Amino acid sequence: MARPHRPLPTLSRRRMLALGGVGALGASLAACGDNTGREGSSDQDAAGSSGGRPSIAQWYHQYGEEGTQEAVRRYAADYEAADVTVFWKPGDYDQTTAASLLTDAGPDVFEYGNGPTIDMIRGDQVADLTDLFGDTLDDFTPSLIERMTYDGKIWAVPQVLDMQVLVYRRSMLEGAGIDAPQQIPELVAAARELTRGDVKGLFLGNDGGAGLMGGPMLWAAGLDYLDGEQVGFDSAGAPEALSVLRTLWTDESLLLGQAKDWFDPDALISGRTAMQWTGLWTFPAISDALGDDFGAIPWPSMEGGSPSVPVGAYGSCVSTRAADVQAAKDFVRWLWIDQTDKQLDFATSYGFHVPSRVSLVPEADVLASGPAADAAGYVTEFGHAQTPLLWTPQCATAWSDMMSRVVRDGADPQEELDALVPVVEAELERVTG
Amino acid sequence: MLARLRGRHDVNLWFWVFVGPFFAGLVLFIYVPIGWSVYLSFFEAYNTVTPTEFVGLANYRDMLADPAFRDSLLTFVVFAAFIVPTTFALSLLTALLVARTRVMQAFFRSVFFLPVACSYVVAALIWKMSIFSGMRSGAANALLGLVGLDPVPWLSITDPPWYWLVIVSARLWLQVGFYMILFLAALQRVPTNLYEAAAIDGAEGWQVFRHITWPQLLPASTAVLLLLLINAFQAFDEFYNILAGFGGYPPYARPPLVYLYYTALGSGQNFGDGSAGAVILTVLIAVVALAQTRLLRLGGRD
Repeated sequence: MARPHRPLPTLSRRRMLALGGVGALGASLAACGDNTGREGSSDQDAAGSSGGRPSIAQWYHQYGEEGTQEAVRRYAADYEAADVTVFWKPGDYDQTTAASLLTDAGPDVFEYGNGPTIDMIRGDQVADLTDLFGDTLDDFTPSLIERMTYDGKIWAVPQVLDMQVLVYRRSMLEGAGIDAPQQIPELVAAARELTRGDVKGLFLGNDGGAGLMGGPMLWAAGLDYLDGEQVGFDSAGAPEALSVLRTLWTDESLLLGQAKDWFDPDALISGRTAMQWTGLWTFPAISDALGDDFGAIPWPSMEGGSPSVPVGAYGSCVSTRAADVQAAKDFVRWLWIDQTDKQLDFATSYGFHVPSRVSLVPEADVLASGPAADAAGYVTEFGHAQTPLLWTPQCATAWSDMMSRVVRDGADPQEELDALVPVVEAELERVTG
Repeated sequence: MLARLRGRHDVNLWFWVFVGPFFAGLVLFIYVPIGWSVYLSFFEAYNTVTPTEFVGLANYRDMLADPAFRDSLLTFVVFAAFIVPTTFALSLLTALLVARTRVMQAFFRSVFFLPVACSYVVAALIWKMSIFSGMRSGAANALLGLVGLDPVPWLSITDPPWYWLVIVSARLWLQVGFYMILFLAALQRVPTNLYEAAAIDGAEGWQVFRHITWPQLLPASTAVLLLLLINAFQAFDEFYNILAGFGGYPPYARPPLVYLYYTALGSGQNFGDGSAGAVILTVLIAVVALAQTRLLRLGGRD
């Protein structure tokens, strides 16, 4: 390498600053993108093609079912009072949406799992939608409305209802001379009985039910995560209920390590398990494969509890940062309350969901007979929202850590639950204080 | 004035033409976020990055008192204590073997280096879905089946903790090749006359390595160790993709970044605690890196 003719000037820190790159930085900071999907969102005289109608950006997560995207675009195009642009967001929807609500680049109308989070409501990020319902309120599934209510106001409109149930192979149970279990002890005995060779009795997910079955076990014992604004699992029945899952684990009645987890019917269809906890959405695939060789039952109960099914729904919410909050609310009312034919189409034409309006359930042909009709029937009788609104992500994380330790490591449920109480109480104090 | 600013031969102007864009990017995407993170860590910031409620050191207290966060630090220590020496030894060994190979050297070099080109996410999914799938059809279980053993649900059970085998083997496969290349480059820089002199003095095999090769590799070794440690600190991809399930992440084998990801970016959006955790982690990395360079006297020798 040739030597330079003169030493290169070294830069002292002082000179570096004196060279004044600072001004250039300011310019680049200001050049942030602004892609909200709204045309002329900042100025009210949005002439152009929209003819003075408000523009609404509506966000959906990417549904896996064929035709859903076309359907929601069609609904949006049918709306006359505003220009609705549908955004179909792949990837980590919950996190991108939560983050974009902090900016002006967020949606006007968006769906969110089980309605907005308590922090969105308290942070004034979503609009109160109570007045949209009018006299239709009693027609919505009560557990969903309750889940999306805070402080006496309703913060989202439930779109379609999804549920989880216990599905079993009729032929396998009949072959072993077992009836569908109604009580938890029967379930434990059946799972043990049906475990033979490579076939396991029960599949509750690859984590042995640690992630999913906490709620159903509490409900089976007549308890819940929360009781109003109090801890709901702080009683003698809770450790006993959770230890049932540990029993199933140590009995080796549980199927584990599946390539496709509980939300896919593969394990049940291929006969690796006799019973599986899964979602209603798997029923078309199961009946294609097994005909009528399957049945659906709610999660059984223990002494003092009742059978249960977890229900959840994406709720349609309105961002308080919307360009025109009233126009966004009008659109939500039109689509998710007035247009019942669209709601029925959205629930049953593409995937397999239950309409969130009770009066629409009988109109859904796919839910008219067989196990699907049984399952839909459990919703009003045994339905529980998956987790209560005040059950913050921090509570959920602490809870699922606890469940994993109890189920997989054999930790003492009483001690674990006792350690959880102060965590949950601190969060409750934060969100209700 | 302007002429003075531009310097002789416009040297200052050209300096900024070349350095400016990178410097601006560095400030905008690295220093501003770090500064913001430090700022956020003193506030209660749920679902907002412009918080108003100053809480002093409460977030730091919360994070340090949080058993899950402490546990994640412990996870990192265990992971690093295993992965750093193992990768170091394996990549050095591979480099020495490849360097000594007379036939098909380029082939072996490429074969060991190829996994580096594979994405962590893809590798994690292959490890999870096909090699260590819990079904009879999974590669590992098929091998066990050949000797008449029952299939093992590698990622479902915690006793014995087979999940470590899955994670560690994935990471080794992914990174050994990269450090092997670093060692190979260093090996090629060792002057041959040293080896010749050693041969004349009658040094053999191990002695040559011990007295010639190893000392000559010291600078490279230091760099490799530091990179390995920082990489271990940043463990996220393969952990997350192998262990995260529908219901979140299990309470074991949870490195700090995964925990912070769930705290700050999950639906929780708890930026105050998350930032405090991130600052604690940054300070830890800096302290460890400084201590290591001091120990190995990276700055003091050429």
